[in-house]
Amino acid sequence: MQTLKMVVTGPFNAGKTEFIQSVSEIDVVSTERKISSEIERIKETTTVAMDFGRITVDNEMVLHLFGTPGQKRFDFMWEILSEGMLGFVVIIDSIRPETFREARKILETFRAYAPTPYVVAANKQDCKDAWEIDDMRIALRLSSEIKLLECVASDKDSVKNVLLELLYSILEELESVDLQAVY
Amino acid sequence: MAIKGNLHDFTLTQLLNLITLAQKSGTLVVERSNEAVEVFFTDGKLAYANTGQEDNSLVGILHKSQLLSSAQYNGIKSNVNGMSDKELGLLLINANYFSQQDIILSLQTHFVDVVNRLFTWMEGIFQFNTDVCPPEDKITVRVNLENLILEGSRQIQELEHLEDEIPSLEIGVKFVDRPEANVANLKLSSEEWQVIPYIDPKNTLNQIALVTEMRDNEIRQVIYSLVQAGIVEMVRPATPQGTPSPIQLADQLVKGDKEEGKSLIFRIIDRIRSL
Repeated sequence: MQTLKMVVTGPFNAGKTEFIQSVSEIDVVSTERKISSEIERIKETTTVAMDFGRITVDNEMVLHLFGTPGQKRFDFMWEILSEGMLGFVVIIDSIRPETFREARKILETFRAYAPTPYVVAANKQDCKDAWEIDDMRIALRLSSEIKLLECVASDKDSVKNVLLELLYSILEELESVDLQAVY
Repeated sequence: MAIKGNLHDFTLTQLLNLITLAQKSGTLVVERSNEAVEVFFTDGKLAYANTGQEDNSLVGILHKSQLLSSAQYNGIKSNVNGMSDKELGLLLINANYFSQQDIILSLQTHFVDVVNRLFTWMEGIFQFNTDVCPPEDKITVRVNLENLILEGSRQIQELEHLEDEIPSLEIGVKFVDRPEANVANLKLSSEEWQVIPYIDPKNTLNQIALVTEMRDNEIRQVIYSLVQAGIVEMVRPATPQGTPSPIQLADQLVKGDKEEGKSLIFRIIDRIRSL
C-alpha cells in the first residue's frame, strides 16, 4: 500500500480540522488537548497536537491529510509533518485579519521546509464579514501566480476544489520538470 | 463591503498599504476605549480625517496651526454659525486673510497628524467602509500615503526586531547564575515585576504571558529587557516526551519516475472528484 501525504496548515482556528473532516473517510483524529490556564499545569498537559484524516485512493494507495497544530507552541511539529509531503494547503481565516501575518509566516516556514506546490485557501468565505479575495491577496502579499482560493471548510465540494487545485499545481510542477528535461 | 479588524493584529501600515495599492475610496473608522478617529480616502489617497476629541472645523485647524490667534478663533467661531468649512474657507480667501495654499497646507498637516497619531495605537477596532465619502461641507485634500506608510513601517520594524530577538514564545527562561547587573540596585518596571515570579526554566514565555495576561509583544519586550539587563537568559525547552515518530512517507514524486508520478496524481484527482 502506497501512502502519500498532504499537509493542511494555517493559524489557530482557521478551519484546518473542519477542512480535513469534510473529505476524510475517517473521523479526524485530533491529538490536540485542552490547555489549563494554570501555569504549573500547562506544562503537564503540553503534548503533541495534529489532526489526521485519510482518503483511500484505491486498493494500492492511500492519501493522508495532516493538519498542523496552529498554535505557535507546537511549531516544532511542523518540520516533522512536512517531511515527504506532496504539497500543502494554507488555510486562512477570511474574517480574522489579525491572523494574516501569522499565516504568511507559516507559509514561508513551510516553503522553507519543502519547496513543494501549495495553495492558499481563504476559508469562511460564506461569512458576512469575510474579506474579499483581492484584498486578502494584497494583505497577505501573495503574488498573482499563487493560487488563492475561496473556501468554506464545512462544504465538501469547496474542500474538494482546493485539493484538486493543489493536485493540478503538482501536475504543472511535474510537467515543468519534464519540459526542463526536454530543453 | 466593510473590512473589519483590530490594529493590534492587522497594523495600520498594512491597512494603508491595502488602501493605496487597491486605490480604495472609503472611510476608515478606528475606535479604542473613549477615542475614535475617522479617516477618509479617495482613490487610495488621504482626503480627510477627524478625531472625536478635537475641534475638527476649519477654524479649529487654523487655530491649531497658529494661523489664528485665540481671540481671532473665538471671534470667528461666534460669527460663523451654520457656515460650512467650504464657505468659511472661501470667505477667508476672498477677504485676503489666507491664501488657498495656506488653508490646504494647514488641513494636510492636520490630517497627516491624525493618521500619524493612529500609528501609536497598538490596539483599536477598525472598520473600512468602501465608497463612503467625506462630508460634503468639508474641504478635502489628496495626500499620497507612501510617506505615511514608510513611517509606519519603521515603527512596525521595531516590533519585528523584537520578534527576531525572541522568535518563539515556546522557550523557557531562567535567572542567570551570576548576574552581570547589580541586582540590589535594579529598578524594574511593574510589568517586569509581574513576570519575575514566573521566571523558571519549566515555564515557557507563552505560559507566562497567559498568566500575566500579556500580549505576545509585551512579554517579548519584558523578557528582552530582562535579558539585556543580564538578569535572565533564555533556555530551549526539551522536546516533549512521548512525541511519536512521524509517519515516514516516501517522496514519490521526487524519487520516482515522472510519468509514474503523473499517473499517481491523476489517480488521486479521480478519487477526490468522486468523493
